[in-house]
Parts: sequence; structure tokens; C-alpha cells
Amino acid sequence: MTIRAEHEIHQRRKGRNVGVGLMLGGFVVLILALTFVKITGGDFEMPRIEEGQ
Amino acid sequence: MTDISYQAPSQETEASLGDYFALMKPRVMQLVVFTAVVGLLAAPVNVHPVIAFASILFVAIGAGASGALNMWWDADIDGVMKRTAKRPIPAGKVTPDEAKVLGFALSGLSVMMLALSANLLAAGLLAFTIFFYIAIYSMWLKRLTPQNIVIGGAAGAFPPVIGWVIATGSMSVEAWLMFALIFMWTPPHFWALALFMKSDYDDAGVPMLTVTHGRKSTRFHIIAYTVPLVVLAVGTAFSGVGGPIYLATAVVLNAMFLKGAYDIWRRDEPQAEADGYKVEKTFFRLSLWYLFLHFGAILVEALLPAAWGIWA
Repeated sequence: MTIRAEHEIHQRRKGRNVGVGLMLGGFVVLILALTFVKITGGDFEMPRIEEGQ
Repeated sequence: MTDISYQAPSQETEASLGDYFALMKPRVMQLVVFTAVVGLLAAPVNVHPVIAFASILFVAIGAGASGALNMWWDADIDGVMKRTAKRPIPAGKVTPDEAKVLGFALSGLSVMMLALSANLLAAGLLAFTIFFYIAIYSMWLKRLTPQNIVIGGAAGAFPPVIGWVIATGSMSVEAWLMFALIFMWTPPHFWALALFMKSDYDDAGVPMLTVTHGRKSTRFHIIAYTVPLVVLAVGTAFSGVGGPIYLATAVVLNAMFLKGAYDIWRRDEPQAEADGYKVEKTFFRLSLWYLFLHFGAILVEALLPAAWGIWA
């Protein structure tokens, strides 16, 4: 019996890892977009801690 | 023992990404996303598209999380019922512990992120919906009372309210009308399914109405819930989310739905068995279109300019 370097289970793991990676990447982009929209929105105010000090 | 023989058992249990996705009940998620989007767009407040997209995504993730937790809790009965035997846990693709961890992790993530993207009230409603579906419906009522579907239906009815709250930050009568529409629709929908799935719920020991009160009583319950549903669905036309398109849609659909419920009520088991539960299956398929088209009509009304005479 020979040991195959590429087994079906490796393909399945690779698919899973790529999928998780893409989802994490998408999540980062979504948070970035949300942050941008929130801080450029009309009702956003910067904290005024420095002014009082 | 060689490396190959050692790896063999894990090979059978290692899940693919698609198996984890299947845990999240994608078809239920579709309905949740659709009704939440309608709730969000029907609200009289404009939401930035990025915030709307992100918020609906987090609602979908929350719905998926509760689906995974439901599959974890119900793994024993899912394996017994024909309809659910191929789900990832009974099929041996995902372990119950994996489903539990995924469900809890995504529940926390979705609620937290919805609080950040929309508001605390929407996040609180999402958290309550997940809690209701898992603790109240799955863990408590489902195996205890034949009213399981009636009360449990509330969990599926919350998404349009959450959508509305994402937009407005508060609740109103229109949001609760959309809630009531799904809430009243759920029992006839599931009882029709229980009528033609025959022994499934019996085998699993789930006290569905067909098991505890018999099929004749279930047929009566379907029409008993359909009548108030029809009044509610048509009456919604005269609320803030209604309009002439919704009214026309509702009148046609409710006439068909009432006719279907009446036909089910007038039949008995020998008649149903003779034609392979044709009327019950038709009613079940119609019920899917019924909900989709009612919310579709609310969406159309929301997207059209407000120039509709008495509805303007």
C-alpha cells in the first residue's frame, strides 16, 4: 500500500481553511466599512477628553 | 498500527465547510433574512446600505447559530425522523459538541456585532429570539406540549421586528403586525406537514397535535387558526405597511388559503390516504408561497412612492 501525499481529507481541510480565511477577510473588510460609515456619519462626535485636560 | 489506519476514524468525522453551513439551517436563514430585510425596508427611516447589510448579516448569523444549537439539542430525535435523518449530526458528519460550540460562539458574535452596527434594542431582540428558540421551544416545549408549534412560532416571527428596530431603534404596531402574520401562519403550516409526514413525529415521541389529539382534531385546528390569520393578513393592508398591491395580493392568497384549510377540514383519513395526501401537500406548498408573497407585497409597497390615496 502506498501513502498518497494528497488524500481526499487534505482537499477537504484545504477547502475548509480557504473558506474560513475568506470569511475572516470578509469580516475585517466589513468592520472597516462599518467604522468608516459610522465615523463619517452626521451624528458622530469625537470624544472630548483632551479638551478638558 | 500504521499512520494510515490510525487516521481512518478521524477521516469519517472530519466535516467540510458545507457540513457546518448545513448546521445553520440555510433554508430557515433565507426566510429570516427575507423577512428581516422587509421589516428594515418597510420602516419609515432610511438606513445606510453598509449598516443595513451588516446588520442583516448579523441577524442571519444569529439565526444560523440558533439552528446549530437546535441541531445539537435535537440530534437524538433528528436521527429517528425521516425528514431530518440526513442532517449533519445524525449523518455522522459533525459531532454534537462541534455544533454546540459553533452555535454558542456565533450567537455571542452576532448579538455583539448587531449591537455595534445597529442598536442595543435590536441586539437584545436577537438575543431573546435565540434564547426563545433554544431554551423555550427546543429544550422545553417541543417535547412537552402539542402547543409547541404555536408558542415556538414566535421565534420565527421576530426577524421582521428586528429589521424594523434596526432602522428605527424602536418598535411600533406595524412591526408587531408583521410578527403576528408569521406567528399565526406557523401552526397551520406545520400541522399540514405533520398530517402527511405521518409517523415521523410519532416515532420520535414529539407530542405533535396529530399524535396527542388525533388527525381529525388537527384538521379542525388548521382551519381554526386560518380564520383569524385571514382577518389579520387582510387587515394589515390598512396599516402603515399595507397598500393596494398588498391588499390585492392578500385577498387572492387568503381566499386560496381559506379554501385549502376548509378542504383539509372536510376530509378524513381514508380520503387523504386514497390520494396520497394531495390536498394537505398542496396546502403546505401554498403556505410557503403565502408567506413569501405577503412579505413580497409589503416590500413592493415600501419601495413604491407613497402616493396611494387612502394609504398615502
